[in-house]
Amino acid sequence: MTDPHLNPTLYNKDVEQEAIRAGFGRGLVTAGRADARVVALCADLTESTHMDGFAKEFPDRYVEIGVAEQNLVTAAAGMALAGKIPFVSSYAAFSPGRNWEQIRTTICLNETNVKIVGSHAGVSVGPDGATHQMLEDIALMRVLPKMRVIVPCDSIEAEKGTAAIAASEGAAYIRLARDKTAVVTTRETPFSLDKALVLREGRDLTIIACGPMVYQALMAAEELSSAGIEAEVVNCAVIKPLDGATILASVRKTGVVITVEEAQAVGGLGGTIAELLGDHEPLPLVRVGMQDRFGESGKPAELLEHFGLTGRHIAARAKALLKTKIAMSRNG
Amino acid sequence: MPNFVTVNELEKLANTIRQDIIRMLVAAGSGHSAGPLGMADVFTALYFAVLKHDPKNPMWPERDRLILSNGHIVPVRYATMARAGYFPVEELLTLRKFGSRLQGHPERVRLPALETTSGPLGSGLSQACGIAKAWQIDGVKSRRVYCVMSDGEQDEGNIWEAALFGAKYKLSNLTAIMDRNNIQIDGPTEQVMPLEDLHAKWKAFGWHVTEIDGHNFTQIIDACNEARAIENKPVLIIAHTIPGKGVDFMEYDFHWHGKPPTPEEAKVALHELRTLGGRIQSEHQ
Repeated sequence: MTDPHLNPTLYNKDVEQEAIRAGFGRGLVTAGRADARVVALCADLTESTHMDGFAKEFPDRYVEIGVAEQNLVTAAAGMALAGKIPFVSSYAAFSPGRNWEQIRTTICLNETNVKIVGSHAGVSVGPDGATHQMLEDIALMRVLPKMRVIVPCDSIEAEKGTAAIAASEGAAYIRLARDKTAVVTTRETPFSLDKALVLREGRDLTIIACGPMVYQALMAAEELSSAGIEAEVVNCAVIKPLDGATILASVRKTGVVITVEEAQAVGGLGGTIAELLGDHEPLPLVRVGMQDRFGESGKPAELLEHFGLTGRHIAARAKALLKTKIAMSRNG
Repeated sequence: MPNFVTVNELEKLANTIRQDIIRMLVAAGSGHSAGPLGMADVFTALYFAVLKHDPKNPMWPERDRLILSNGHIVPVRYATMARAGYFPVEELLTLRKFGSRLQGHPERVRLPALETTSGPLGSGLSQACGIAKAWQIDGVKSRRVYCVMSDGEQDEGNIWEAALFGAKYKLSNLTAIMDRNNIQIDGPTEQVMPLEDLHAKWKAFGWHVTEIDGHNFTQIIDACNEARAIENKPVLIIAHTIPGKGVDFMEYDFHWHGKPPTPEEAKVALHELRTLGGRIQSEHQ
């Protein structure tokens, strides 16, 4: 396995925490410095989506749209037609939530080079509640032809992902989160727009995760290890196009698969992996995520706990799945 | 660059384009009649007297851009483009057919000279604003973006988002042209979802508004020229048109919004167009 150069203090209680959206903000400024064609458009959420750094450094290239998400993406499509590289941001619930059709027609079918940033995804949005906790965006975006889908696991990966999609032609969706979450990777951790990355090796089961759930998957692996179970953890930061080769190599080794996402358990990462397994390697699969319900107001930590999206829950599901597998192979 | 052209020549071209539309729709067996026929004069004026463009160099960077927001009337655009030399006239009969560049609604990737993809209403003006805004950032003054939209399309919120945006950024290199034909699918616009007072609405949104007879070439061209002199506002030209203009049994009838003529109906329509309503003799009697 390639050395993923993970944060050496990752398993400590006091591991560094930073919001994924902050990494995007830095990445956008870097992208803006690297290419004068990069412009940014925002639907009245400049500070909370961390476009303010870009707006301050490049005021002429920053376009305030106001609370108008349909115009957000269609004006961006127009700017792309005129040769710009537009990044558009809002909360994922509103973009792509509200403007999905315009994305489909004016960005995907039209093949315009627009980068859509959906912030505040997942239940960790917290007190704002269900209306603002977007859980369906991964599904909505991955089902669109000609749309890349990136879910960075931490702020450092968000920074790399932003720079990568700016430099790579084609529409892309990047999913960000509100809350401070563990910094899992380092500057040396590889990132590429067509690769999944094995972060931790193991031969007993494969846990495939995206976003802040990658940290939870690593915590689960740590707990399982003390019970004699070695879990392999894969960071699937690029859900589309999927790195089927890396994932199949892992699942063929372990024979048991769990996916974890802070999103509906259908249609997103879990759905993607289920399709891959169905096509190439049918195996026992458990999809950890929101079970066909919406979120609610609360503190991020208590919501993750309530909805079973922590390392402890993942470890419990893993043990249950392995018991089933052993039972199945005894009977088979 | 537009060559010098007379109103007479434009009228003849528009008549030919109307015939092309009828022939295309019959060959396709589906498509929209009222809008394309109604906008034949505006499109003829745009491609032959207004737009800075080069049919032999469709991606000429200095060209004006024409965005068609009400994408369903694309048959009139296809016909005008063919007559202007963008592709052979014979290709018009491939409209809506499998494998054609002339898709049912305009798709940029299949025919780049269409500038963008549209069909679902309400997005074109935003895209035109985006182009204008990009040019503003780059300090471009030598090109203009035009956006054709329909009146029925004014029901869409996206249009008003763009209206606010265009005024905020003072997009004076943008001219919108509205096909005010007073019909939409379910009936007259003022019965389905009343729009008036449209002029007052757009003026209140901060646009410079003029109203013209959409079948009068002098008015169309004058309005487009006047728009170029408006410094600090985007311009909206409300073009009053007759839906189905040129074909007596189609005019003013909203039922012709979304259906093509049958071969028998097309024969009658073509005869009327070729003889200018029976006023001249045609070899195609």
